[in-house]
Amino acid sequence: MTSLPKQPSGKKLGLVIDLDICVGCHACAVNCKEWNTGGHSAPLTDTDPYGAAPSGVWFNRIHSFEVTNEQGAGRTVNFPKSCLHCEEAPCVTVCPTGASYKREEDGIVLVNADHCIGCKLCSWACPYGAREYDADAGVMKKCTLCVDKIYNPNLPEESRVPACVSTCPTGARSFGDLGDPDSDVSRLVASRGGFDLMPEQECRPTNKYLPPRPKKTGDGAAPAQALTPVTDSSAGLLARWVDRILSA
Amino acid sequence: MHPAKSVIFFTTASGAGYGLVFLLIAADLAGLLPASFWLSFTGYAVGFALIIGGLLSSTFHLGHPERAWRALTQWRSSWLSREGVMAIFTFLPTGLFALHQLFWPGDFPVLAPLVGLAGMAAAAVTVYCTAMIYASLKPVHGWHNGYVPVGYLLFSLITGLVLVNALFAVFGFSSLPLLLVGLGALALGLVFKVAYWRFLDGTQSLSTPESATGLGEFGRVRLFEAPHTEANYLMQEMGFRIARKHAAKLRRIALLCAFMLPFLLTLPGIFATGLVGVLCLCLAVVSCAVGMVTERWLFFAEARHTVSLYYGTAHA
Repeated sequence: MTSLPKQPSGKKLGLVIDLDICVGCHACAVNCKEWNTGGHSAPLTDTDPYGAAPSGVWFNRIHSFEVTNEQGAGRTVNFPKSCLHCEEAPCVTVCPTGASYKREEDGIVLVNADHCIGCKLCSWACPYGAREYDADAGVMKKCTLCVDKIYNPNLPEESRVPACVSTCPTGARSFGDLGDPDSDVSRLVASRGGFDLMPEQECRPTNKYLPPRPKKTGDGAAPAQALTPVTDSSAGLLARWVDRILSA
Repeated sequence: MHPAKSVIFFTTASGAGYGLVFLLIAADLAGLLPASFWLSFTGYAVGFALIIGGLLSSTFHLGHPERAWRALTQWRSSWLSREGVMAIFTFLPTGLFALHQLFWPGDFPVLAPLVGLAGMAAAAVTVYCTAMIYASLKPVHGWHNGYVPVGYLLFSLITGLVLVNALFAVFGFSSLPLLLVGLGALALGLVFKVAYWRFLDGTQSLSTPESATGLGEFGRVRLFEAPHTEANYLMQEMGFRIARKHAAKLRRIALLCAFMLPFLLTLPGIFATGLVGVLCLCLAVVSCAVGMVTERWLFFAEARHTVSLYYGTAHA
């Protein structure tokens, strides 16, 4: 059934991504691929992986953005993006077959690969680009929030988090119940001013992003000046000596 | 958005088919249809062939066409599903009315018009559902507006009128009301399409790179580095871009072929009888088909999706 659950349980499992901490190492994308190519939506097909135009199914991609303020000072922000498991998920309601669904018990959005006809309409309906078509399998795939890992009783308790979260070397990704205002992730969002991506699209995403912290030098600071050559008077003895030899 | 050939053919062909069937029923109910078995037979055959051909072609781009029947189940929430259900339902009243008109004309004087009206309504609702598949997609600003359903209905009617007028001429008949309505609809289509393009050029999505990343409070946002070196599915499907100079040229071709030439070629149909009129009205069909396919290609190619904001475009 592709209607959204009428009485959701209140549990909203999702991710909190800290744009201040992320270093853009792509480890989360790699471990996502590693886990999910053997998981619920396996395989994450690659086409031409060693050729001239490699392409493939990835549930998690890391963009880098440059943000420039009015004074011309810039900052680079690494920006991981995966499915946001929206409360008003348009990818679910447009699905003509019922293959796309949002789980009532925890809000995870999944695709039933046995019912999907591969019409791609859900990927058009998602403003964020969270859906990935597997041309080889002819079905749509997407982030499962590692549904086969987070509930897996065969794994130690601390491993029952999505692959992207367990692998992040800087702790930029947190996982938890964003429907519970007292959960660690909800408190993190509240304390750091976590925000929704594209709120104007009215999808009410579950995943939240935390903004970069203010720069120590202040965000309004003028851009750093280009380096100027060291003059003779302030240069040290060795530098002046090297300069004299090289100038000769 | 990527302009897939199967979807362009589907929307234009079945749109024309529904328009033709709608007009054949309307002409019969209004007493404008000549009592010619072969005219009606050819008309319904062409109409249903266009509808069925279009519907079949729409399944070609599916990853699993053999599961297409599942698309009839989610009509409560999905416009694509509603369209599938309506497309199949429409065969019932339109098919019954066509059989009645061909083999038992004059029988069932009360029931037949009711079935005919139901068929006309069902055909219109099916085209409306097709349009709403696109108009319901909020991330595509160029589609998420009232122009889209009006345009699909109007262009379905226009292609149907061009077809029905050529059909009448081929069988040696001529209906002044249908020719005049055809001229009016073509003129209206031209004005409407120009208005849509003016709207499209003067508007953009509320979403920006700043809202897409939530980083607007820190300044202007620009893509610094893409997630990977090669194009991915999202960029191929949603990031289709068309060169501005081609867009302008293609828009002129669409206006010329879809509306202006068919308009001029319909005029001789009013004043000239015989071969010249027939030839002109048949050429109008060819021209209109070329123009409508160009128009539909542009409808997809010019539509921008918010996901492109994550891949370096400044507005959607």
